[in-house]
Amino acid sequence: MSLAAASAVAVHRIEVRPRSQHGVSDPRGAAARREAESLGLPRAPKQIDAASVYLIEGDLTPEQVRRIAEELLADPVTEEALIGASKPRGDALIEVHPLPGVMDPDADAVRLAIEALLGVSVDVRTGRRYDLHGTDAGTAKTIAERALANTVIHGIYDHAYHPSSFPHGAPYVLRIVDVPIRDLSDAALEKLSREAHLFLSLEEMQAIQAEYRMLGREPREIELETLAQTWSEHCVHKTLKATIRYREAGDAAHGLRLAMQGRPHHEVHEDGSVTIHNLLKATVAAATHELIADGIDWCLSVFVDNAGIITFDETNAVCFKVETHNHPSAIEPYGGAATGIGGCIRDIIGTGLAAKPIAATDVFCVAPPDAFDAKTLPKGCLHPRRILTQVVAGVRDYGNRMGIPTLNGAVWFHEDYVGNPLVYCGCIGVMPREKIKGSPQRGDRIIALGGRTGRDGIHGATFSSAELTDTHADEFSHAVQIGNAVTEKKLLDAILEARDADLYSAITDCGAGGFSSAVGEMGESLGAEVHLDRAPLKYMGLSPTEIWISEAQERMVLAVPGANVTKLRAICEKHDVELCDLGHFGVDGAELMLLYQGVEVGRMPMEFLHEGLPKTTREAVWETSRHPSVHKSKLSAIGASAKQQSRPSVQDALLALLAHPNIASKHWIIRQYDHEVQGNSVIKPLVGARGDGPSDAAVILPVEGSTRGLAIANGLATGLREDPYIMTLAAIDECVRNLVCVGADPSRIAILDNFCWPSCKDPRNLGSLVRAAEACYDGAKAYRTPFISGKDSLNNQFTTESGRTIQIPPTLLISGMGIVEDVRRCLTMDAKRAGNVLLAVGVTTGNTRGSHAEMVFSTGDGGILPMVDLQAGPASARAVASLIGQGLAAAAHDCSDGGVLVAAAEMAFAGGLGLSLELEKLPDGGKSANLWSRAFSEEPSRYLLEISPNDLARVSSVLSEVPHAVIGEFNDSMRLTMPAAELDVSIETLRAVWRGPLDW
Amino acid sequence: MKPNALIITAAGINCDLELARAFELAGAMPRFVHLSELLARPALVDAFELVGIPGGFSYGDAVAAGRIAAHLMRRTLYGALVNAIQRGVPIIAPCNGFQIAVQMGLLPGPAPGDAWPNEPPAPTVALGQNESARFRDDWRRIEIPANTRCIWTQGIEASDAGRMLPIAHGEGRFIVRSSELLDELRESGRIAVRYASDDNPNGSVDDIAGICDSSGLVFGLMPHPERFTRWTQHPSWTRLAETERGEEPLGLAMFRNAVEHVKVGVGC
Repeated sequence: MSLAAASAVAVHRIEVRPRSQHGVSDPRGAAARREAESLGLPRAPKQIDAASVYLIEGDLTPEQVRRIAEELLADPVTEEALIGASKPRGDALIEVHPLPGVMDPDADAVRLAIEALLGVSVDVRTGRRYDLHGTDAGTAKTIAERALANTVIHGIYDHAYHPSSFPHGAPYVLRIVDVPIRDLSDAALEKLSREAHLFLSLEEMQAIQAEYRMLGREPREIELETLAQTWSEHCVHKTLKATIRYREAGDAAHGLRLAMQGRPHHEVHEDGSVTIHNLLKATVAAATHELIADGIDWCLSVFVDNAGIITFDETNAVCFKVETHNHPSAIEPYGGAATGIGGCIRDIIGTGLAAKPIAATDVFCVAPPDAFDAKTLPKGCLHPRRILTQVVAGVRDYGNRMGIPTLNGAVWFHEDYVGNPLVYCGCIGVMPREKIKGSPQRGDRIIALGGRTGRDGIHGATFSSAELTDTHADEFSHAVQIGNAVTEKKLLDAILEARDADLYSAITDCGAGGFSSAVGEMGESLGAEVHLDRAPLKYMGLSPTEIWISEAQERMVLAVPGANVTKLRAICEKHDVELCDLGHFGVDGAELMLLYQGVEVGRMPMEFLHEGLPKTTREAVWETSRHPSVHKSKLSAIGASAKQQSRPSVQDALLALLAHPNIASKHWIIRQYDHEVQGNSVIKPLVGARGDGPSDAAVILPVEGSTRGLAIANGLATGLREDPYIMTLAAIDECVRNLVCVGADPSRIAILDNFCWPSCKDPRNLGSLVRAAEACYDGAKAYRTPFISGKDSLNNQFTTESGRTIQIPPTLLISGMGIVEDVRRCLTMDAKRAGNVLLAVGVTTGNTRGSHAEMVFSTGDGGILPMVDLQAGPASARAVASLIGQGLAAAAHDCSDGGVLVAAAEMAFAGGLGLSLELEKLPDGGKSANLWSRAFSEEPSRYLLEISPNDLARVSSVLSEVPHAVIGEFNDSMRLTMPAAELDVSIETLRAVWRGPLDW
Repeated sequence: MKPNALIITAAGINCDLELARAFELAGAMPRFVHLSELLARPALVDAFELVGIPGGFSYGDAVAAGRIAAHLMRRTLYGALVNAIQRGVPIIAPCNGFQIAVQMGLLPGPAPGDAWPNEPPAPTVALGQNESARFRDDWRRIEIPANTRCIWTQGIEASDAGRMLPIAHGEGRFIVRSSELLDELRESGRIAVRYASDDNPNGSVDDIAGICDSSGLVFGLMPHPERFTRWTQHPSWTRLAETERGEEPLGLAMFRNAVEHVKVGVGC
């Protein structure tokens, strides 16, 4: 910056802290102390004092600095400001400051306010100071590294940090780099791909080599990078779209063989193997297209846009997208999760001609916090408690600031997520039906709106497509970023105003690959001319390649007719949104032309970019004998760290399962999210007499003035991963059940798939992926629930320092939304009235395979996993929905994790009622099992309903085709009892046990 | 004629739509004006009979919740808003609006009988970080002090089930500079709403959830009355019989009070 030359410019330091000597408390310090205490270190501090530090670089008088401190930075009632650095107050001092170049949203706002206060231009950085009492410097450093900072983005200091100036970049001098590849050997091509972080396979490198041999020149760096981004797994889903040769091996008696005859785009060979031409098209998408052909007329846009779109009512559409942000969250969970939800929200803003985001969802898969300590945690991994705490904080801070209610989610714990946690972020939007499609026109200006471009997230797309190792945190720290939600909120406000004024012809977000993906996709058929020097930068020194592939957050690209640019600029100025005109769409020959200061720095045909990716055939195998029972795997979880050898009593087992972290209350997470902003939530994530019952799904009102609602839920059945086919059907079934339980119409449910798999270069993992995809086809067709959008992340594993690879459990998240005809008919899961009976719907044979009971106790059960009956499952869903629609149920609850007894207990304590149970009356499909197994099996397609005894006859007639039985009665005893199993426990105990484990 | 309600929007403000809807349901005509336009033309405020400063995370709540917005508004908009109060305009400031209002000098305002100062006064009350140091979304039982002068909360009767409001904040702990000022606020009827004594979510002194100025027109509170304007927003509405859902939702009743106040005042 030019200021750096002036002699009067200095960095001024201001500390702000609570007036503790006036009795003002220091909650931030207390929270830091609690976090420090949770590390279990020998010399944990007794007290931590927290303070904010502001570093302001500018030409300021002492009086101006005093005014900034007292008028702007400190609250006169509660805080005191100090200019400079205060003396250490405790036994150790820690300061945490963002590293240069790391997004510092507070600093941006402070800069703006100082300019308003004093009319001078300054540069600002913010940091945090902690004075620790009753500890030593070594312990303080450990606390800083493990709880207060992340060295990927923060500098940690043991003294008051007060630099004499800020680092400022140097101006960039144009240099066009050719990368010689035409004469490289295969080995050298692979080396180049690896060392330049392109993550392209040999076949892909060879295709590029051939293309440039044909062109008669070497590729430029920017062209290679564009290809690497566009061809990344993250951007083109090349595994799911590849041709796959799948075969089953092993002992047929130990597993289910899939019937492959007659499936679309499947070619069955004589040896029993099958060739699948484009797995995605042959399964997930095929189901949707067959359902549309078979009369489902409410799918408006599937698989082509940033989100899937369905009809909501006569004038409005709703869209849904779920993304993962796993690898960034492994390294920097706060920023990774925040930019995950931020990116997913931008997908919704970039759907059609922009939808308004109205709800968010989040699902996390992490290792159990008590499974690892500092000694057993693999090098290069953050502790699971840290990861979970920080991803929740990231989603909270971004979602809450955006004003989008986070309404639905789940957490699943398994130790193999230790190095590679999963962070799923979903977003739902609403839009007028005439705005569901945009297309750029020849001559449209390429307009970028929103945040500035920096080195943030460079190589994010290729990074997310690679696998993690213990050195990734060092190598890829530049792929990690911090979001700025307010920049995105301003962007959203401006875009919705511009949309309603019809100012642009197309829009998309800058996600993975940055401008290269956004402009590349929009200009696919038209070509584009892009002037990279016009992009506003965060700091000097970026090369054209860096500008082109930067994944800096909070940016959108619009195709704007030239005549509308002035109007758009006025809207942007009002909302304080930066606008830049990068060039135009429409180049002869549909070429992509990249320029910098008028000089051509890259030029390539769109056709090679989008069609040049070599088609490959991949091997996939499913070996039944290779899949031992899940219960042989090592287990650890909070409250259940050692597997018990024998079955405890029903009562003890119930208490243990309620405390299992997968089942235990997630209120600690839910209550940190503003799930009521926008004022449209009808069924909230926590329901019941005291707001502490686990709702099966959320319901919102997308359109003001209407009583038509939208239910949102998910299904996740990772316990059944031994066979991903069975697991996937169970997840679809669970998602449908959850939606039906709150009042959704099962004939108006749309679903989304999110596959997170270990490396699918391994044919066995690809085989398991194929099974999941086949189940998507079968399940979607049976339930008539079209998939409308999806995403895959197929490299989720972590290689430790010693070379051991930890593969995540294959994980498929099914997210769903369903139309609720009239929200006044919605139902919650809490029991309402003493005297009402509990009715079970569906069959309970007592097969505990894949259940939490099997994970925690040695159940001794063998045999095959319980599988969804594709006739009975949908029939039960329709019958239960019909009953709820007629107002015949007082409460409905999905019977899933933990089994029927856990679900019944949840209904009782959420409603503050007692319940006497007779599980021996459960419909058993003719297979009478012992009571224990019936209580805890997690078989699919089961519901619990609370029914008034007066309605029983009508209920039975609605359920005439579906197995059902009365299994209990609610009462005022405040106890859950089942005499046949000597179960007698107060609902307060059940509630406390359930709320305890994650009450962080 | 429906009275006009000004809804101030700004970077990071995100409860503007539900605030507008609440005004609309109560019989007013809401209109959004962006802070950038108001700062350029403060006289725009003169055209309105009601004002709402919505919740959200203005400017990302950088430094402290509401700090930057309050700082910008103190310098430019204080005079226009004081003029409005002197015209009898009710102003509501839920959540982030409350945080802004106390820092820009609108609340608790001058003691009864004293005039508004020409320059914005230094803050005398604050909304500190919740004792838990954590954002919390929940519903809380609330009480309305019998002696309140607040025109928004006066005379509202609510059933046990309906006497609740949603909260969603990380910095809502009400702090007063001195115990003398706290006594003065109590005695002068400037406590507009309290949390039930066993339902204080953030460590606020005296369970104070919201206060008003001496005119009773300016109402700041941490809960969100704009998010309880129909029964299906209530956290356990599915447990209530239809007859129990007959009364006007508590939040809407507050907006109705203000709109009626304006209608009586201007004779429309």
